[in-house]
Amino acid sequence: MSDIVTDRWILDRPNSYIGRSVPRPNARRLAEGRGTFVDDVEMKRMVHAAFVRSPHARARMRSIDTAAAKKAPGVLAVVTGKELAEIHDPWVGVLTHLEGIKSPPQYALPLDTANWQGEAVVAVVANTRAQAEDAAELVAIDWEVLPAVTDAETALDPATPLIHESMGDNLTWRRRANFGDVDAAYAEADHVIEETFVFGRHTGVTLEPRAILAEFDPAEEQLTVWHNNQCPHMIQNILATHYRLEEHKVRVITRDVGGSFGIKVHTYADEIATVGLSILLKRPVKFIADRLESFLTDIHARDHRVKGKIALKNDGTILAFEIDDLTGIGPYSMYPRTSGIEANQVVNMIGGPYRFSNYRAVASVVFQNKNMMCQYRAVGHPIKCAVTEGLVEEAARQIGMDPVALRRHNFHKDGSYPVKSVQGLPFENLSHEESMTKLLAAMDYDALRADRDAKRKEGVYRGIGFASFIEVTNPSAMFYGVGGARISAQDGATMRLDAKGNVYVSTGATEQGQGMEAVISQVAATAVGVPVERLKIITGDTEHTPYGGGTWGSRAAGIGGEAVAQAGRALRMQILDAAAAMLQEDKSSLDIRNGVVVDDATGNERISLAEIGRICYYRPDTLPDGFQAELVATRHYVPRKYPFAFTNGAQACYLEVDTDTGFVKILNLWCIEDCGTVINPLLVDEQIRGGVVQGLGGALWEECLYDADGQMLNGNMADYLVPMAAELPDIECGHAVSPTADSDLGAKGAGEAGTCGAPAVVMNALNDALTPFGAKLTSMPFTPKKILTALGKI
Amino acid sequence: MDNTVEVTMTVNGETVTRRVEARTNLVDFLRTEVGLTGSHVGCEHGVCGACTVRVDGRIVRGCLMVAAQADGAKVWTVEGLTDTGELRALQDAFVERNALQCGFCTPGMLITLAELMQKNPDADRQEIREFISGNYCRCTGYQAIVDAFEMARGRAGAAE
Repeated sequence: MSDIVTDRWILDRPNSYIGRSVPRPNARRLAEGRGTFVDDVEMKRMVHAAFVRSPHARARMRSIDTAAAKKAPGVLAVVTGKELAEIHDPWVGVLTHLEGIKSPPQYALPLDTANWQGEAVVAVVANTRAQAEDAAELVAIDWEVLPAVTDAETALDPATPLIHESMGDNLTWRRRANFGDVDAAYAEADHVIEETFVFGRHTGVTLEPRAILAEFDPAEEQLTVWHNNQCPHMIQNILATHYRLEEHKVRVITRDVGGSFGIKVHTYADEIATVGLSILLKRPVKFIADRLESFLTDIHARDHRVKGKIALKNDGTILAFEIDDLTGIGPYSMYPRTSGIEANQVVNMIGGPYRFSNYRAVASVVFQNKNMMCQYRAVGHPIKCAVTEGLVEEAARQIGMDPVALRRHNFHKDGSYPVKSVQGLPFENLSHEESMTKLLAAMDYDALRADRDAKRKEGVYRGIGFASFIEVTNPSAMFYGVGGARISAQDGATMRLDAKGNVYVSTGATEQGQGMEAVISQVAATAVGVPVERLKIITGDTEHTPYGGGTWGSRAAGIGGEAVAQAGRALRMQILDAAAAMLQEDKSSLDIRNGVVVDDATGNERISLAEIGRICYYRPDTLPDGFQAELVATRHYVPRKYPFAFTNGAQACYLEVDTDTGFVKILNLWCIEDCGTVINPLLVDEQIRGGVVQGLGGALWEECLYDADGQMLNGNMADYLVPMAAELPDIECGHAVSPTADSDLGAKGAGEAGTCGAPAVVMNALNDALTPFGAKLTSMPFTPKKILTALGKI
Repeated sequence: MDNTVEVTMTVNGETVTRRVEARTNLVDFLRTEVGLTGSHVGCEHGVCGACTVRVDGRIVRGCLMVAAQADGAKVWTVEGLTDTGELRALQDAFVERNALQCGFCTPGMLITLAELMQKNPDADRQEIREFISGNYCRCTGYQAIVDAFEMARGRAGAAE
């Protein structure tokens, strides 16, 4: 068990909202079409930006002729990279803890060379977006097309051109890891199994595209930016740094965000350019990416080729894992998180659920002339999970052991924690065994096996696939801050009582649709002792919220929520100080329940919060001499005892393959997740379901297809297939609960589990279904063409 | 050359007349000319369904119809259908069941489901799923939306 003991006071509060499926305070507004997305905001003198984008994967601009565009109707400005470079400083997407990672300076618009098809190269500002687009077509660029580097496999070959001469080679970063003695393990093993796994490039497809509205007031040197990002304080810092402004002169406002999933947590050059346009024009400039721009410039993700090995004894004991991971990340490492983190996560998390002592890994991250790649939901997780669990199930097949039994044989045992992974990462408290037990019960494994075997005799090919996994959540400063990134791991919360007994809650965490406002309201209401209806939640504004990290890495509930718990408790104590002074009582004999100060022992009402507010704000003269009421409390929180709150889960999938068409139908999917304290069961389940479906997308349908010249072939919604309602199953969720002792609340993150496990369970179930044919697929997405090819039918 | 056109339509029961560029599509017209920002622009090529509105009693994609085509038409958006109460049971169920996360697809999804509620209120789960297959939701995985339709249908029946 954990060696840390915490006071779980928040779970024992009267009238607790923790563990209840409280509806989201912002949901009705959104359901009535009353959201405020960036494109819904209009301003006086607001103008619109559009961008000329490179038609080539790699090409130098010999000259740019903007004369015709400048004369087009409604056009106010046509701005090149060199012009914009005069007012901003470039950025470099490296972190010191990723030793050796390198990337060249990136500007809002490139100075002379475009490095991927779709890269913005010239900005046009006009009175309407349509006029700006019309004029963009009139910008004449004399392109010198250069050879493009598109294949990650050959990016480092001596014959391959250098994308950036200044970098010396096309290697962004390489990490090697070696623990134990892998070669000795191979010598000792009865089985050494090797597979190559391929993960297609895909992207987030947030239904609301990236959007920014920047307004610069030169009189006060004040920049105000409406931006649909995940981390307002991070963006504030970046804009101030690179536009040479003081940080308090930059305000970032983030209202409703139409999906993010990690897409909206990065520094996009066209958005930085839009800010520069507002500075140049001294008026509000709006840029809303259209869907075609989204496909070409929203970060892409995955695109890994992993050669994996597992070594086992005949009894199923795992002796070693080894991987060789290769990923191409586009022409720059994304700022400020870098494009090395996904590979780093893969290296760190292979074999996560299992006890073994020998591990070797090499991860190579290379530049290429395709759209930039970076962190997307469940960073690295679907890759490490599918590699680990794909090897485990192949091993079970070769040994002739049930795949569940093989897992159970190797799991870190429940109750054996804390333990360290072979990579040295500390696991505080996980529940692989309990999660698997609950999974088997939920799916009725024995009945499914019988059904699968019976159907097979009828020529119907069904398969069962499993995955056990760990996830990184509640990241501390060890994730980014330690490497020099100005990305807050801590979060703050400020709570205050108003004169009517209502409570304002300002938080540095942000809402992206995951339900953070509901979670914050539940924790705040419970910590103070008021009904949720008495709360006003304030988020997404760098002028009005405490410094915080926003939403990423499944941190909002576990970190932002804990800050609110502590602030709420402090506000309760402040209110009780005032009540004790008014009632001439000992504070310890009082409590706040349901918005009223009561006798702790009897629950009898003593004074309402509205009355406390009235007296403290309007009649402080009636309070005892020397007593000054304080009714605002701020607290901050960051995990300190563990670098991450690892969570765990187990998934299973039952699917059917049509061996004539290659189509896959998911029949059932189950997920058991252990995210510690469950604050809102409904929201947790919906995070898991949504995550599963995004994982299914990568497994079955989604892929950014490029040709050899670096042209994206399917950059539209008709050709890029995302999961749609008719082809999806209902998804059954369940829970194990192992709270973290790093906080009083005990909550860990829930946003990664679904996406982490779904590709692995689909792959494993697919290969189970195709066992009678001896066919094996390890390259995602598993398209009908790949399946029919594996079956030898095409 | 004058490439503008005058358009008159009834939007949520109110008569609206504007002179716009002929290329202005219906959803841009509603959002920028009429100020009804509840209809969202997700793809502008007729796939995602975020711009779904009702024109003369049928759901259409606001990005695939130019405003001039709606001249003389009766157009309903999420704002109007909220005010009339037609969406109320669905909205209640969406909130209770958390059938929306980011809420960007939700107005279009609700208008699509309102049509299903008229045409085939007894639709089974697969039929519901197929009916909303022209409305992308990237957050929920759709199950909660299907559940919410079933919940709303049950309540509509109970109220009769």
